[in-house]
Amino acid sequence: MTAIPTKNRIEEDKEMRVAYCEALMDLASENENIVVLDADLMSSMGMVPFSKKYPERTFNVGVQEANMIGVAAGLSATGKIPYAHTFGPFASRRCFDQIFLSCGYAKNNVRITGSDPGVTAAFNGGTHMPFEDIGLMRNIPDITILEPVDTTMLTDLIKQIAAPFGVFYIRLLRKNAIKIYEEGSTFEIGKAVKLLDGDDVTIIATGIMVDEALKAAEELNKKGIFARVLNMFTIKPIDKEAIIKAARETKAIVTCENHNIINGLGSAVAEVIVENYPIPMERVGVNDLFGEVGPESYLRGRFNLTKEEIVKKVEVVLKRKERR
Amino acid sequence: MLNEEKIKELKKFAINIRIESMKAFGNLGFGHVGGSFSIADTLAVLYGDVMKVDPKNPKSEDRDWLISSKGHAGPAIYAALALKGYFPLEVLMTLNKPGTRLPSHCDKNLTVGVDMTTGSLGQGSSLAVGVALGHKLDRRNNYTYLILGDGELQEGQIWEAASYAAHAGLDNLIAFVDYNKKQLDGFLVDINKPFSISGKFTSFGWHAQDIDGHNVESIYNAIEEAKRIKGKPSVIVLDTIKGKGWKYCETAASNHHVTVSKEQMEEAIEELKKQLEEVMI
Repeated sequence: MTAIPTKNRIEEDKEMRVAYCEALMDLASENENIVVLDADLMSSMGMVPFSKKYPERTFNVGVQEANMIGVAAGLSATGKIPYAHTFGPFASRRCFDQIFLSCGYAKNNVRITGSDPGVTAAFNGGTHMPFEDIGLMRNIPDITILEPVDTTMLTDLIKQIAAPFGVFYIRLLRKNAIKIYEEGSTFEIGKAVKLLDGDDVTIIATGIMVDEALKAAEELNKKGIFARVLNMFTIKPIDKEAIIKAARETKAIVTCENHNIINGLGSAVAEVIVENYPIPMERVGVNDLFGEVGPESYLRGRFNLTKEEIVKKVEVVLKRKERR
Repeated sequence: MLNEEKIKELKKFAINIRIESMKAFGNLGFGHVGGSFSIADTLAVLYGDVMKVDPKNPKSEDRDWLISSKGHAGPAIYAALALKGYFPLEVLMTLNKPGTRLPSHCDKNLTVGVDMTTGSLGQGSSLAVGVALGHKLDRRNNYTYLILGDGELQEGQIWEAASYAAHAGLDNLIAFVDYNKKQLDGFLVDINKPFSISGKFTSFGWHAQDIDGHNVESIYNAIEEAKRIKGKPSVIVLDTIKGKGWKYCETAASNHHVTVSKEQMEEAIEELKKQLEEVMI
């Protein structure tokens, strides 16, 4: 694995959905078994170029997410490698039983992309704002849950998951991400990336919270606090080794996620810590609330998904660490 | 057209499916007798003649597929598979026993010859559509057969799948509805009326036929007709009796999942053996 963090974290020119479509077109050109499914959100997902180039391998079933998942599972049983997309809330809540049984339990070979995670659903608001998709998916045995952070990681992961057999959930920001990695970086599924080293505290982040975590680390640095930052892009199977190492070496952890703090990244990390190396830990994330509409900038503040909140939680966790 | 000899053979096969699954139910003491017996004649026609399958090569690429979305018909399917030679008849005695390869509901990862894992009603429909699409993509000349329960048609997913199957012109998909008029809690008409099942499918763009689901000749002919229909999927609505073949079960008020004592098992097998003798005459 060579993941090279960029020094210049700016908004990417290329949208995540464009990178997604390009990666799938590359895959499709090499492997005739690659098929794509959607439930009337192909244009939202920027997948029209794919559907034009590979019409016979594109199945837009219309507004029927549960059927889409079953059809994807059925296609995989005949040897196809399906990538099925819809918005995150539909890809998780609405199709949970289909993913659990028709995909997971039945041992079919399906990739499910849930786009617009958490507050990035912005103006689609409460109804379309998944703060619980990771939580639902984590309960499916053997599933792999990935949250690519930028186009470089997205491209690498989308291509990597074509070969292995199983059920994959890709939690995908659709629009422009903040660049975290240099082009050409590669990633190992199940292994966190250490973006910054430090010994005082470890901040473990995923998705849009990775950039916030790095910003928070910079703020903390000014205060003489040296934070380690891990990008935990694989939520399941979680990188136990990196978590235990961080617990042992920094003795304080703060998790950051654009998701409910219940049953998301924070819970997954806590499970590892309490069973292996209990140390103080705090969680930044949505505090068990439903979503609402608004600009993403407003929603980030509304749901405490900010660097300020991370700094605050780091200070809390460090006090707890001192008391021990 | 089936000749007299073949008709007799298929009738025998259907009764033997009931006898062998009854032995498994009796050994276990309970099971989904009603819905297993109502579909036995269709299974006999499929495995006894129509389906291109090879028990020695159960994963053959060009085989026909059978997906029972009413996964609880598993015991009848297992009996059909054992009689067809996929595995020894004795294996049927392991039905639902700890560590079994024959669970209540069909599981492709456990049972040789089972093509799909089903059980949560409605889901087999979409799976069958995906399988049929996959075969079309690979230009295989095989068929995907889908068995639906009548109560199962209350699941919305069935109609999502039906809608897309017709849109995709899946003429390699042939569905059966086991219209035995009863669901777990009682009669469909009392719980959630089905109205015209074939009418519903027709309006969804399917070719639909209504036939006697206990007449092997009608079943065979309906499948032949379905195969002649190009550009759309076909459904065959089977007029059936839940528990068919065992009078006690046919007439029991609640016959979806029943307890079966050793005496009842012997009584039922006696009854089924008489039916076998009648066929032989």
